[in-house]
Amino acid sequence: MAEDRWIWSSDHLIPSRAGAGRRLLQELLDQLKRQHWVQHDIFSVQLAVEEALVNAIKHGNRLDHAKQVHVTCRVAADLLRVEIADQGGGFDLRAVPNPTDPQRLESPRGRGIMLMRSFMSRVQYNDLGNCVVLEKVRGGHDQPRQGGSTP
Amino acid sequence: MAGYRRLQVNDVGEVCVVRFRDPKIIEDINIQEWGQELFQLVDVENRQKVLLNFSAVDFLSSAALGKLITLDKKVKAHSGTLKLCNIRPEIYEVFAITKLNRLFDIKEDESDALASF
Repeated sequence: MAEDRWIWSSDHLIPSRAGAGRRLLQELLDQLKRQHWVQHDIFSVQLAVEEALVNAIKHGNRLDHAKQVHVTCRVAADLLRVEIADQGGGFDLRAVPNPTDPQRLESPRGRGIMLMRSFMSRVQYNDLGNCVVLEKVRGGHDQPRQGGSTP
Repeated sequence: MAGYRRLQVNDVGEVCVVRFRDPKIIEDINIQEWGQELFQLVDVENRQKVLLNFSAVDFLSSAALGKLITLDKKVKAHSGTLKLCNIRPEIYEVFAITKLNRLFDIKEDESDALASF
């Protein structure tokens, strides 16, 4: 994909501490609002990125303050891409249980990944499992509040 | 009644109605306190009928779902009843995708929920 398609991008290294990704996530959501992405897309991105950040910090880096999480966000006219890489040893995606199995409904394992897959257009892990790319294809356009023309 | 930082707790008859002070319930230092305050309603105050009103919540993550599941288990262990209400459509979608709408008794609004106890 041509690098010049991106309207906006950010690049952050964050510590492995609960809540450390809050500011960069808000920065991303603010950018989507400025681009008039519809509310459901914004909610979807917020949910998926929140889940991926928690996974990287809590499960990937195990809240180790010596480790960081690298987060890259890019926004194009009709596409968003977020890449989140931790410094952990990775995991086997195939071993993650199905959280909707009635026998496992009360177990938390796999729920975050399931939500990421449900709310994003594409979720791709590297072979090791310590880097994930989330993509969201824009679903529609919100009406601009002032000065905009009706689509 | 104990003071709560994360919850607003009111009694409507026998039902303990809980609203949330945080519009976003996510995995950070506050969610541990959020969960503890909910559990206190059951473990310490022995509330038998609990209604969680989500009208002030515009976002929650899977961390919150985990706490709600634990709360549900505690309420059932005390032979009580837990219901949820006023969940906006986007958040209800989270419950539906994770099939937790089958675990929790979710009502449209508070009056419906109170009438169903």
